[in-house]
Amino acid sequence: MAETYDIIVIGSGPGGYVTAIRAAQLGFRTAIVEREHLGGICLNWGCIPTKALLRSAEIHHYMERAEDYGLSAGKPGFDIGKIVARSRGVSRQLNTGVGFLLKKNKVDVIWGEATLTRAAAGGKPAAITVKPTQKKAMQPQPPEPKGVSGPGEYQAKHVILATGARPRVLPGQEPDGKLVWTYFEAMVPPELPKSLLVIGSGAIGVEFASFYRAFGTEVTVVEVLPQILPVEDAEIAALARKRLEKRGIKFLTGAKVTGLDRRKDSVVATIDDGRTQQKIEVSRVLAAVGVVGNIENLGLEKLGVKTGRGCVVTDGLGRTNVPGVYAIGDVAGPPMLAHKAEHEGVLCVEAIKGLPAHAMEKTRIPGCTYCDPQVASVGLTEAKAKEAGHDIRVGRFPFIGNGKAIALGEPEGLVKTIFEKSTGKLLGAHMVGAEVTELIHSFVVAMNLETTEEDLIASVFPHPTLSETIHESVLDAWGRAIHI
Amino acid sequence: MPTNVLMPALSPTMEKGKLSRWLKKEGDAVRSGDVIAEIETDKATMEVEAVDEGVLAKILVAEGTEDVPVNDVIAIIAEEGEDVATAAAAPKAPEQKAKAPESAKAGAQGKADKQADQPAAAKQSTAAPARTAPAGADQPAPGRDGKRVFASPLARRLAKEAGIDLAGLTGSGPRGRIVERDVLEAKQAGGARPAASSTAAAPALAGGPDGAAVRAMFAPGSFEEIPLDGMRKTIARRLVESKQTVPHFYLTVDCEIDALLALRADINGAAPKGEDGKPAWKVSVNDLVVKAFAVALRRTPDANVSFAGDAILRHKAVDVGVAVSIPGGLLTPVIRNADARSISVISQEVRDLAARAQNRRLKPEEYTGGAAAVSNLGMYGVREFAAVINPPHATILAVGEGQQRVIVRDGQPAVATMMTVTLSVDHRAVDGVLGAQLLQAFRALVEKPAAILA
Repeated sequence: MAETYDIIVIGSGPGGYVTAIRAAQLGFRTAIVEREHLGGICLNWGCIPTKALLRSAEIHHYMERAEDYGLSAGKPGFDIGKIVARSRGVSRQLNTGVGFLLKKNKVDVIWGEATLTRAAAGGKPAAITVKPTQKKAMQPQPPEPKGVSGPGEYQAKHVILATGARPRVLPGQEPDGKLVWTYFEAMVPPELPKSLLVIGSGAIGVEFASFYRAFGTEVTVVEVLPQILPVEDAEIAALARKRLEKRGIKFLTGAKVTGLDRRKDSVVATIDDGRTQQKIEVSRVLAAVGVVGNIENLGLEKLGVKTGRGCVVTDGLGRTNVPGVYAIGDVAGPPMLAHKAEHEGVLCVEAIKGLPAHAMEKTRIPGCTYCDPQVASVGLTEAKAKEAGHDIRVGRFPFIGNGKAIALGEPEGLVKTIFEKSTGKLLGAHMVGAEVTELIHSFVVAMNLETTEEDLIASVFPHPTLSETIHESVLDAWGRAIHI
Repeated sequence: MPTNVLMPALSPTMEKGKLSRWLKKEGDAVRSGDVIAEIETDKATMEVEAVDEGVLAKILVAEGTEDVPVNDVIAIIAEEGEDVATAAAAPKAPEQKAKAPESAKAGAQGKADKQADQPAAAKQSTAAPARTAPAGADQPAPGRDGKRVFASPLARRLAKEAGIDLAGLTGSGPRGRIVERDVLEAKQAGGARPAASSTAAAPALAGGPDGAAVRAMFAPGSFEEIPLDGMRKTIARRLVESKQTVPHFYLTVDCEIDALLALRADINGAAPKGEDGKPAWKVSVNDLVVKAFAVALRRTPDANVSFAGDAILRHKAVDVGVAVSIPGGLLTPVIRNADARSISVISQEVRDLAARAQNRRLKPEEYTGGAAAVSNLGMYGVREFAAVINPPHATILAVGEGQQRVIVRDGQPAVATMMTVTLSVDHRAVDGVLGAQLLQAFRALVEKPAAILA
């Protein structure tokens, strides 16, 4: 007799494990299936280890600037092996932490690859088959946790797919693990390449560009669109580009990589910008052209679960067209961000529980890019706001007008706010500069509480902090900024 | 900190109950989950469990007390080591009730929060107070000044601009907070009402169980959720408003309609045929009823009114609404000057308005106004029913099926086609005698229908 749960979550990335814990909190008997590593890509091969790498890059950069602060540290050196080892350690620690959290919340962990074999119907629960993991895991990999259930037949009233996404592969740019990388290989380089071609200037591309450049690699980024960080506000992206170029990163926008000629220890890339073709020789190539949902081998076709654009189609509360089958996070479509996945999962199980739940307002999901300078935003860009027909007021405040930024030696940055003129509704906020990824949440909370400019203006921001730039930007939208 | 034990609700509608028995004495130690008392209503008995650990410091409502209001403090539990006497002395139930209804609600809220985090497997009895707490907690309940409404700053500003009274809206945000989407939906549903006129109605509208409480009564997955669209929300809001603020009374009469049916046959028989062979008109019994009701209103002008808060508006024209069922709701398009129009014209207009109502193609001016309406369920075999007045109407006529019934005529049994109608009347604007006069005029016209042609 197959073990029967209330809820089985497939995939233990940030979306999956948070969903499982919330389900357990709500009193559901819950299990989670994982084939590779607790915490998913985010903890093991994404958000977290890259932040560890970028922290090393940041500190290295400060060391290089020590004299600016009246300090002497000699010529800073580094050991790429140790930098990578530290980032793996960080991942390992959090991976163990997820195991602990699941155990604490009495969520059973099932190890292996799951396939849905039957949807819930007529009072009978859905059935899944778990088989031993076939996928070859990227190394280094934490060992399989102890005390997990193994392959077999399982049943659940509700099955939530949280299988995440994987790097998108374009024809001719197939990763080979040695010369042409995905983020997996880029995260554990055996040595620093002399030069690197990054295809794609989204968050992943720009973060790795920033990291490798910090340690001296010649970095070229090719972007097919005219703007780097294409989802960000054009003005912010242009400022970020300027700063990144100053650091020595070369950008080719409105350009395509049309060919990769793989040599013995280098690649010759053909880049076409629509007018001319050029060939450049690089040591390594990083393909960072986005991610696609993991919808394969889950039995979705057999059950008739609707998919589209490489993702499972859901209603905003995770429900698919098949009752009892849900999907959340990357596999349920963009924006493919860990915090979106977590929130979507929580909404999904709360709706199953019958608690009042509203589909997420996607314009209120923030995005952060941890290049140097950092970029963070929430809501509509200026262009998108205009496109949507809003009559807007735009506020801008540069870091140069902020005392703390000067004291930190980080005077380059901008906070841009976009309000609807008639209602004072905060439509969007966009930031570039030091620590802005830690500042954006003010706007997220403000937007979620539906504050207007009045409430933001009436709030007292602590002095001296970078957060005062938030206040000033709002003031500026109403022509009232003090420090510019 | 001493914890108040509140009178739980057995159902979302329960307001009072009997405290039948205490199972613990003052001074007894209690642990979370211990049954401390039994509550009963006419429908059920329930155990009250302690939600905190400590000592039952004080029993505030004696065993056998009837009609204990929900959320009243019935006992106080002190923490271990806490001075029981002081704890017991601190809050006194009657005072609390009189002085700070909000704090009692806040207490219930606190418990609700705590329990929300517990697994659903928690016993029914413990969960019940939490589930029903929304009556006081999750809704933008009227506070001390009777006006506290929880709404986001943006929702407030949008409502102000659109002239929507927030007190009349149900919030969909956390804890019933009114957010942008609620105001936008109300605006779309034509919910823009002058704030001044509805403030009086507001507190009454705030009550009722919230979604979470209702859902919690059914097993997860045992139902399908149909989200409320703008029309359903408007219907819910307006009918609650009507039932809670309009004092309805009902007058019922039986009308003999054989003559009316004969007239209808004559009228339809006399319809000239068009080129396509179709008759120029085919009037229904309802068309005749609308016409007769309109003429009756013309003859009873004091009943052709609207109650406007500070005045009664006596209308010069007789405009009659006709309730039309459409998928997902209903609309009441209005026939203007119905008393003055010929029956065939009314018939045509009803048909046109109904068809456009089905497609939701009516203009707002086509379904607003009027002082009376007709609702007919006769075609479904309904003998009689009472309809809810659609403000600013003062009356609505609910029309039953024309049925052959045995009646007594001149002391002898006879068979006649009878139609029972019930007039719902807004007592603020129309008193009993006036309502009866209107119905009398209607009946006379229906029974001797030649007069409606005059």
